[in-house]
Amino acid sequence: MEYFLQQLINGVTLGSIYGLIAIGYTMVYGIIGMINFAHGDIFMVSTMISLVAVVLILSIGITAVPVILLLLLLVSLLLTSLYGWTVERMAYRPLRGSFRLAPLISAIGMSIVLQNYIQNAQGADKKSFPTLIPGYMSFFNEGSFPVILQYSQLSVMVVTVVVLCIFTWLVTKTSLGRAQRACEQDLKMAALLGVNVDRTISLTFVIGAALAAVAGLMHLIYYGVTDFYAGFVVGIKAFTAAVLGGIGSLPGAVLGGLTIGLIETFFAGYVSVDYKDVAAFSILAIVLIFLPSGLLGRPEVEKV
Amino acid sequence: MNETRDLILDVEHLTMRFGGLVAIGDLSFQAHRGEITAIIGPNGAGKTTVFNCITGFYKPTEGRIALVHGDPAVLAEIDRATIEGHQFLRTDKGALFLLERMADYRVSQYARVARTFQNIRLFGGMTLLENLMVAQHNKLMVASGYTALALVGLGGYGRHEREAIDKARYWLNRVGLIDRADEPAAALSYGAQRRLEIARAMCTDPVLLCLDEPAAGLNPRESSELSDLLLFIRREHQTSILLIEHDMSVVMEISDHVVVLDYGRKISDGSPAAVRSDPNVIAAYLGVEEDEVEDVVQEVSA
Amino acid sequence: MATDDAVSARTEPSPVVAALRDAAMWGLITLLLTGPVVGLGTVASSGTYGFIQRWPLVFSMTAIAFAVRFILMMTVWRRRGAPAPRKVVADLPKSLDSLRKLFIPVFVLLAFAYPFISVFVAGGMTPGRYWIDLGVLVLTYILLGWGLNIVVGLAGLLDLGYVAFYAVGAYTFALLSMNYDLSFWVCLPIAGIIAAMFGVLLGFPVLRLRGDYLAIVTLAFGEIIRLVLINWREFTGGASGINRIPRPSFFGFEFVPSGPTSFAQFFGITHSPVHRLIFFYYVTLLLAFVVLIITIRLRRLPIGRAWEALREDEIACRSLGISVVNTKLTAFSLGAMFGGFAGTVFAARQGYISPQDFTFLTSALVLAIVVLGGLGSNLGVVFSAAVLVGGVEMLRNLGFLKQIFGNDFDPTTYRMLIFGVLMVVIMVWRPRGLISSRSPSVFLTERKTVSAAMVHEGRG
Repeated sequence: MEYFLQQLINGVTLGSIYGLIAIGYTMVYGIIGMINFAHGDIFMVSTMISLVAVVLILSIGITAVPVILLLLLLVSLLLTSLYGWTVERMAYRPLRGSFRLAPLISAIGMSIVLQNYIQNAQGADKKSFPTLIPGYMSFFNEGSFPVILQYSQLSVMVVTVVVLCIFTWLVTKTSLGRAQRACEQDLKMAALLGVNVDRTISLTFVIGAALAAVAGLMHLIYYGVTDFYAGFVVGIKAFTAAVLGGIGSLPGAVLGGLTIGLIETFFAGYVSVDYKDVAAFSILAIVLIFLPSGLLGRPEVEKV
Repeated sequence: MNETRDLILDVEHLTMRFGGLVAIGDLSFQAHRGEITAIIGPNGAGKTTVFNCITGFYKPTEGRIALVHGDPAVLAEIDRATIEGHQFLRTDKGALFLLERMADYRVSQYARVARTFQNIRLFGGMTLLENLMVAQHNKLMVASGYTALALVGLGGYGRHEREAIDKARYWLNRVGLIDRADEPAAALSYGAQRRLEIARAMCTDPVLLCLDEPAAGLNPRESSELSDLLLFIRREHQTSILLIEHDMSVVMEISDHVVVLDYGRKISDGSPAAVRSDPNVIAAYLGVEEDEVEDVVQEVSA
Repeated sequence: MATDDAVSARTEPSPVVAALRDAAMWGLITLLLTGPVVGLGTVASSGTYGFIQRWPLVFSMTAIAFAVRFILMMTVWRRRGAPAPRKVVADLPKSLDSLRKLFIPVFVLLAFAYPFISVFVAGGMTPGRYWIDLGVLVLTYILLGWGLNIVVGLAGLLDLGYVAFYAVGAYTFALLSMNYDLSFWVCLPIAGIIAAMFGVLLGFPVLRLRGDYLAIVTLAFGEIIRLVLINWREFTGGASGINRIPRPSFFGFEFVPSGPTSFAQFFGITHSPVHRLIFFYYVTLLLAFVVLIITIRLRRLPIGRAWEALREDEIACRSLGISVVNTKLTAFSLGAMFGGFAGTVFAARQGYISPQDFTFLTSALVLAIVVLGGLGSNLGVVFSAAVLVGGVEMLRNLGFLKQIFGNDFDPTTYRMLIFGVLMVVIMVWRPRGLISSRSPSVFLTERKTVSAAMVHEGRG
């Protein structure tokens, strides 16, 4: 029971990070129907930006943790968003309306570019991030297996919930959200009705990148390491989460993220650490076979 | 009705629901060999859904769709086939197919029911000839020894391929597209695409050809050519035709038998002349309440 | 007219100002993007991090972005204004299309003569080694490209996990030859068949999936295979892989300096380790030709036409009595089989394999080769494999750049960066790939190529 609770806490933390990244995939897919293959690498770039920023901040002598976190969030959010925007402008926009494999290939190319760009600029070694939020709460201390909730885990969960609330407000209540949903239904029609399609798509990428930046910072706070390759596996898993939840569905992305996070943690905890990724990917295949449109996706009725 | 007509298609109590929506409700009708049977009705009456059930694309919620090859006496076996759970039964005189149980491609392959689509579905990047060759896939697969023999040059595939090309040429001639045989199908005009789709369906050697609004989008000259083509198919090839059509001139001119649907139910069934004067039909098309039907009938006949 | 001009003069700034403004914006963006990441390189020093500062590099990158953008705005984009999204796909340059017939015999000849040309031009066996090795590598990727072309190019099924079959082929050969002492020529068909079985294994569950769902499941499948290879240590040797895989022999003659079965001794020539490489080159070439001939023949058989029809319209296929299950599974298994062949050759040439050889990057590379070459085009695969694999590999030789950028500059570290940029640039330039038109499989009077705009995309 205590062990189960511990895995649950770890799984939800991991799942929150996946969920934040998965939203970026699912939003872009919903609006222009492409897999933004470089999104995982945008996440990786954000961790590097945070790393550089934290070293810089510590070196000029700021030590108050809340200030550091706020500054980090701000810098990482802005610069990562700019990366997201630039990638869309350079690699995807010229291919809009082209045939479907072209943007995918371009995205794979962009992913390779970002990885090697960071590898060359920051080196290939694993980078460790200073512990900003130390300490933990401990439950069931009288038992043989105390359950530990680290403050960093708690902050990941709290930040995820807060960010999701802001995000939900953004896409449901603002004119940007409305424009986004219109573009999702029909790009051409939205353009005819006066929606600035280019701007809406750009903003979608910016929001996706911003969420990835939050996820990147959370990842650093919780795990404390990153490298130029960190975006690949996390990216695939987040995309798996998006598909699992039903691609195009925003709550689905979060649900899928949590599911993947929990499956991974529980499999590692109870069955085998080596095969945890195999389990996550197998679940994806199994779910898609029985629920081809994912957990919360709209089922597709075949039009004959 | 004429007792000598052979039954080819027997639809009984066909019902199709999508969630709570009843697209077809308890529909029964028959089609006869060598005839052109038209299904008409206002938009949204469920005509295409009937086609999708017959051709296996949809599994009907309830009902039975029986298709007969050869002697209709085979229909006597229908209850046995239904109970024993067969998809089809062959006897020495003919064969019986329970279409509602068969997968879409098997309906075409074994029951030999071919169809066209309301929004034309050609292989746009392939040439006209290739389109007609794809239609002869199953025959050619057997001839190629399921690829294995033909790959190493055995089994006389070349001869069969030439026969298939001859058949394609015959149909391209028939629909007047022979000069464009080596052009991609997507380059054709709308009317020509409709004709090519019919030619492609005919290349599967169907016993029943289902055409979903073949005259839609055609100009009057093309419509009349289409009528000629359909009459030719009925006359020269032992193919019965089931037709969904809005163009009344085509329906009235060529069909032998008309079934009228409205809101998924049959409201009339008979010869074109009989259907034309059926008050229910007129009411459905003009959209009047039932108690006003009498007035409408009088107006029309006046 | 005059008023129109006046209006536009008032509202639109002069082209130079517009170009300057645009270039300044992109310069600023470059500065912001590269500033923190490139300008401040983190290096670990005594438990914490210090920075290497590279501000000159950042400023030169900014300047380059500004200049390139300005020049483009003033020249290429002057008429169009900003680069507009391209809607219409341009067809292959006519010259290339008409030269296709001429290309093929030249290619075949060149392919056969390549090892000798390499040895001759490089001036000896040992210096030619590098070039022959590169040739084998390119050929392996051509083989992979042709295999994937069946799945993606013809049948239109997007497969991002193709490397799995390459791995299955390589491991099958390695394990069979190590554990059962079977020869290369016995293992080759077995590896192909086992890879094909994996193709069916993957094919069955994903039959109902479309498009991107298919892509992600195949990607996951590729990762699963790789992870199993890493973790099933007793069977696969784990992350360190399998070493000392036996080398194939030439009709019983081995590539050893002397002995009764020595190739060099029997033919009375001086032994050179390059002989084996040349032999490998021809084995791969032979295999490539077998695969090519099979593919060309299949395209003209009903199954090949059914694949293409499936790519164009699956529902129409079903209405014509074509079993989608069988058609997709044959495409999957055949593509997988060719991947298995390529894997066998790879394992035999290399002599050692590890899961590191079968990462997603390989799948991406093969897919890029197929798409950049032009979906469905076998010749296109040859072109793009030569450019992407051969060209990028040759960056290793750009030692002279050290003289320009100083000794710290190592061009090989930029290899993948350039590869990635190439992928993006080629897609933006020719989204349909180099050879985008399609040649019909059968014709009545004249074989006219079909323009890319008509052909449906690989969709899955």
